[in-house]
Amino acid sequence: MSLCAALWGPLGLLLSLALRPALGTHTKRDYCVLGAGPAGLQMAAFLHRAGRDYEVFERAPAPGSFFTRYPRHRKLISINKRYTGKDNAEFNLRHDWNSLLSHDPRLLFRHYSQAYFPDAGDMVRYLRDFADRLGLRVQYNTNIVHVTLEKDRRAWNGHYFILTNQKGQVYQCSVLLVATGLSVPNQVDFPGSEHAEGYESVSVDPEDFVGQNVLILGRGNSAFETAENILGVTNFIHMLSRSRVRLSWATHYVGDLRAINNGLLDTYQLKSLDGLLESDLRDLAIVKDAKGKFHITLKFFLEEANASQSADAIPLPQDDNDNFAMRVAYDRVIRCLGWNFDFSIFNQSLRLSSGSEFSRKYPLIRASYESKGSRGLFILGTASHSVDYRKSAGGFIHGFRYTVRAVHRLLERRHHGIAWPRTEHPITQLTDSIVRRVNEASGLYQMFGVLADVILLKENATSFEYLQEFPMQMLAQLETLTGRTARHGLFVINMEYGKNFSGPDKDVFFHDRSVGHTEDAWQSNFLHPVIYYYRHLPTEQEVRFRPAHWPLPRPTAIHHIVEDFLTDWTAPVGHILPLRRFLENCLDTDLRSFYAESCFLFALTRQKLPPFCQQGYLRMQGLMSTKSLRDHGVESGLLRDYAAMGQVPEDSSRQPGDHEPVGRPLAAGHLIQSLDSNKEEL
Amino acid sequence: MPSGFSVFSIGVSCVVMCILCTSAEDPVPELSPQKYFSALQPGKASLAYFCPTDSPSTSIVLEQLNEAVRPLQDYGISVAKVNCAKEETSRYCGKEKDLMKAYLFRGSILLREFPADTLFDVNAIVAHVLFALLFNEVKYITTLEDLQNIENTVKGKANMIFSYVRAIGTPEHRAVMEAAFVYGTTYQFVLTTEIGLLESVGSEDIEHAHLYFFHCQLVSDLTQQCRRTLMGQPLTTLNIHVFVKTMKAPLLTEVAEDPQQVSTVHLQLGLPLVFIVSQKATYEADRRTAEWAAWHLLGKAGVLLLLRDSLEVNIPQHTNVVFRRAEKEVPVEFLVLPDVDSIISHVENNTHMEEIPENEDNDIEDPDMDIQDDEVAETVFRDRKRQLPLELTVELTEETFSRTVMASDSIVLFYAGWQAVSMAFLQSYIDVAVKLKGTSAMLLARINCADWSDVCTKQNVTAFPAVKLYKKGENPVSYAGVLGTEELLKFIQLNRISCPVNITSIQEAEEYLNGELYEDLITYSSLSVLGLFSPTMTTTKEDFTEAGNYLKGCVLTGMYSGEDVWILANKYAATLPALLLARPRDGKRASIPLAGTRAQDIVQIITDALQETFPEITVENLPAYFRLQKPLLILFSDGSMDPQYRKAILTLVEQKHLDSFTPCWLNLKNTPVGRGILQAYFGLLPPLPLLVLVNVHSSGRVFAFPSDQSITEENFALWLKKLEAGLENPIILSAQEWKPPLPAYDFLSMMDAATTPHPPGKAPGCVRETDVQGNDKEQHEDKLAVRKEPVETLRIKHWNRNNWLKETEKSLRPHKEL
Repeated sequence: MSLCAALWGPLGLLLSLALRPALGTHTKRDYCVLGAGPAGLQMAAFLHRAGRDYEVFERAPAPGSFFTRYPRHRKLISINKRYTGKDNAEFNLRHDWNSLLSHDPRLLFRHYSQAYFPDAGDMVRYLRDFADRLGLRVQYNTNIVHVTLEKDRRAWNGHYFILTNQKGQVYQCSVLLVATGLSVPNQVDFPGSEHAEGYESVSVDPEDFVGQNVLILGRGNSAFETAENILGVTNFIHMLSRSRVRLSWATHYVGDLRAINNGLLDTYQLKSLDGLLESDLRDLAIVKDAKGKFHITLKFFLEEANASQSADAIPLPQDDNDNFAMRVAYDRVIRCLGWNFDFSIFNQSLRLSSGSEFSRKYPLIRASYESKGSRGLFILGTASHSVDYRKSAGGFIHGFRYTVRAVHRLLERRHHGIAWPRTEHPITQLTDSIVRRVNEASGLYQMFGVLADVILLKENATSFEYLQEFPMQMLAQLETLTGRTARHGLFVINMEYGKNFSGPDKDVFFHDRSVGHTEDAWQSNFLHPVIYYYRHLPTEQEVRFRPAHWPLPRPTAIHHIVEDFLTDWTAPVGHILPLRRFLENCLDTDLRSFYAESCFLFALTRQKLPPFCQQGYLRMQGLMSTKSLRDHGVESGLLRDYAAMGQVPEDSSRQPGDHEPVGRPLAAGHLIQSLDSNKEEL
Repeated sequence: MPSGFSVFSIGVSCVVMCILCTSAEDPVPELSPQKYFSALQPGKASLAYFCPTDSPSTSIVLEQLNEAVRPLQDYGISVAKVNCAKEETSRYCGKEKDLMKAYLFRGSILLREFPADTLFDVNAIVAHVLFALLFNEVKYITTLEDLQNIENTVKGKANMIFSYVRAIGTPEHRAVMEAAFVYGTTYQFVLTTEIGLLESVGSEDIEHAHLYFFHCQLVSDLTQQCRRTLMGQPLTTLNIHVFVKTMKAPLLTEVAEDPQQVSTVHLQLGLPLVFIVSQKATYEADRRTAEWAAWHLLGKAGVLLLLRDSLEVNIPQHTNVVFRRAEKEVPVEFLVLPDVDSIISHVENNTHMEEIPENEDNDIEDPDMDIQDDEVAETVFRDRKRQLPLELTVELTEETFSRTVMASDSIVLFYAGWQAVSMAFLQSYIDVAVKLKGTSAMLLARINCADWSDVCTKQNVTAFPAVKLYKKGENPVSYAGVLGTEELLKFIQLNRISCPVNITSIQEAEEYLNGELYEDLITYSSLSVLGLFSPTMTTTKEDFTEAGNYLKGCVLTGMYSGEDVWILANKYAATLPALLLARPRDGKRASIPLAGTRAQDIVQIITDALQETFPEITVENLPAYFRLQKPLLILFSDGSMDPQYRKAILTLVEQKHLDSFTPCWLNLKNTPVGRGILQAYFGLLPPLPLLVLVNVHSSGRVFAFPSDQSITEENFALWLKKLEAGLENPIILSAQEWKPPLPAYDFLSMMDAATTPHPPGKAPGCVRETDVQGNDKEQHEDKLAVRKEPVETLRIKHWNRNNWLKETEKSLRPHKEL
């Protein structure tokens, strides 16, 4: 059988190459997804549910092949919080970093693992179930080895993506969704780098490190994870990296060093023999001596030295500088320098290039996750992290499950005329809609600063549309991307940390770090909702040249809901009231709610009614009070006890002052006079 | 972590101070004498304080001087501290330590020297310096003779501003000097500190500073005295400014446009307008009256002559004065006033001159934005600790929801625990449960959408509260009625039977019509509707069924289509297909032919039939009558109505006099809020019963039927005629829009203030708070040119900066105790 395949493989390739132009036997798909990892499966789930023509290609025989080997020490650092004390499923996703989005409640990760930091094997099992239960169309054992572009005017994007697998089979795709993750270990080129073992292949058995001096290159989670594993058996571990360690609890970025892995920091600071060093790897060189031990030297020493010199004769820094930190000889050097995107399968015609200095490992994409080089090519999942690298969670399951959904919505709009989903509400529900979302929405919470809810006001601000989780950097293109109109002003709801709160060198536990007063809300440090109001949709230029450190262009007005220890923003006076005042002032109207009795009074004593009475009471849906509520109202002075009102002295005629927005509606004196004059005339 | 705390707080206070000092207080520059004199520019005024380099005793003066830097800069005067070293020989450096002095130079010419003790505070410094600079513009006098001399010289040429202040260097003095700085070239300023002089001018209350405007420009005859206007407000710079502006405004303006549209400087200054209504015939007399009033109201209100004949808008007849307040939204008042004095008194009684607080130290807090002004939110919050008998309703979850609503007929309240309106309604809902306890087969359930948002979304509930009725084999029905106990109860009860209910025999039909069939439901539906069809009329039957379904829960509907239906048709003189409308309570029957009527129209016919000819208006039913868009003719009654009135009104209805109105009555016992309405109309509770015509829809006017007349057809018709002719004075309902009750926090400005000492121009903001406009460019321009600037810009700049400073301080109050 295998022989057969071996024979047929090249032959098939030849055949298909020969026949393709003539017969066009290749398979056609509207959507092709590369990779059946979390992001690929997530996209497949959305495409499947929408009834689209799609196919997922996976080189391994099962989904999530990355997790079958990585992380090497098998412990996932994404939390699996099974209890939050809340029933709200959407809210609970805020603390579930492993589940993908689906309509099947059985497909929640908490059913797959009891551990707070679950085992990678559980993830593999979960992903397999996810693909199976939802019946996703995945072609396993299909390695796409080449992707190229074929111009065609009839194609959705003016071209087709032509995919060729290892057997030479060819697929023609209208839209290509690349979810291949970062699969190529990052290598830094320096003399002697070949002596380093890679994270991907190094032994995970601590026994292999007993009594050794170990040098680890890198300071990310994989480096510390490796160190953690052998900390107890080595003589010492030195960790070397270009820049200082970034602790995720100081940067609130999940990709930085997580506390669960940082045991070495503890022992370093507690004067054990372990240690951290900072230096640019590219300036170093590793020299192997006769005994097989490794010495660190500087690259330019090596360059100066004669190439013919034996390893032992190469000058070392400690020759001149006898207290050089890395003067000891190491038994092992382990490279844990992260991963890069695999650009190799993409033909140049796709113009898929890598990002700038800080995101070189990622392909260059727009905030809509579409490649800058070719229309219709989207990057999903970990590889799409350049959009929010070191900021938000777009490189991790709990983040990209939402960005994938956003991409899917964009595609539905672009190719199937299905506008971005929205709900429409009367303006009286504006405050409630926002309060509801900031309290439960998980997409906003995880993808803060990237995905934002957008409220589009209708004419005269009598009603509004609510759009969820729109990629906020694309705000200027909102109308084309969503198929909704934004002619009458809009609100954008984002979650933000305080501007100067966190960073690798910040003390995030400083005294008085939390803000409690509503008027100081803009100084909030922890993640809190921020609402931007724009009279007009910002232009692309305004978005691009926005003020530094602002996620969006300068708004007409801004509101911060004060940070909350419980992330529960439902306090009537602390959270909802200031929000209402903000919305009222933006819309120049009164958004208070009133009992039917008050509306009744307004209906007969004023020409205009507040929106709440117009949209409720006048439509026969007034809110009746109960005795107990009425009593409280009278006690608070917001309601009047009309039953107890007898012949009231004149000076109280200004009541009920609280009902009038400004001033009082009628001049009592004048009215009496006019009535008196009536009498005179009759 | 105590150490961390202290370090941090020092850091913060340091930042605060730095921001304050860079942005606000440019400290007095310290110079050596040589430097100082070499830097003097010709024509530019500067105040220099000479003191020894090491002298500590000068700190108080310096503090005050520091504060005066800004205000003096506004007038183009620079301030410097000149250090006198020991070996210094400059003659300005005092020989003895305690004889340090400040000197005012213009260019390099010494104008005045001030002993340190005259510069006791900012007001004194500014007042003294301006007084010295404006030596020619402001005449200081001590005798009545001086005053008369000056008065005589300006007669026919210019107007004069005469003021008395208790002493030089007081805040009032400073205010006068600041005004003189701006208006000094336009008006002759005269200043005195002599009480006697003021007494002879005619003031009695000498406690305070006084300011008079002498209208001398108009005087042509030297023997004639200038007319004087006393400023009523306390002497502050702003008040003087407002006062002078009103003096400058024309005394009397003639207009022929809608009083609501007219705009004059008075309105901008917060003063009301008085329109004297004039007709061609009486123009001369009216003008004289208006002038007289204008002189008396000078500085208090603007007076205009409204030419009625060329006016396009209608103003009520007999109105002779129109009064318009400065507040934008308040409607104009149409008055009939007996004499000119009452105009004056009306203005004086109705004007609350807004005390515009001087900026520096007003501690009057803004209305507290943190105080709840939403009655629903506040009452629910105050009631939060009361235990409701929630156990009477079943709480549903994601798991139990479907099971429960499938298992039995149930009604479900969708609410959110944090949402006030739905929590208020939950109380009514529980009341319904209490009332139905043990009697109903209907299950009362509720689900908290804050917990189970997915369930609510699946049930299509996007707003709270929502009520849905689930019945086996039927689509869920959303309740769309009043959110109250009674109405919901009615909905639940009427839903016990199908709608329309199938009547099976003539016998049953009769029982249905007279209310015996569903005796217990009659209280919930005042109307029983019966559709009569012959068995073949399938389409009409379908339409009727659809209409019945639509009206589910608000009215009883039944249907009979037996072979013998003609018996009923004959009995009630109905042509088939037909609707029989029965009011079991009074036994009335009516029939309406239905041929060709579609479901929608059937619904309309039934809803119309639900309305009574002379209903008691209540909080619940007003909207139904309000929809008709007709003026309401409401008889307010304390308790049940006198049958006589009912008869009178019903007679009028029968005679078709009231076709263009909705006649109704209001029982204050049932609807106590009616008292609030009467009070809003009349100020006091008028004698009852009282007939009131409320026309909200077209004009917002309310008229009261004269209470001394009986409601007879004759009187009523006469009254209506008078109304049409505009002979009755209306009560005009406020047409005010519902604006935000209070401003919001202007976080944008706070963020600006924290990042840049001079924030960039604010984008046209919707958040109404102190506008921040640090227009520093203008301020750095040649300070002497400031003099040419109109006073408004100058002052506004001054105010804004101060306000901004205040804001900065506020926003930077860093971390307060929790």
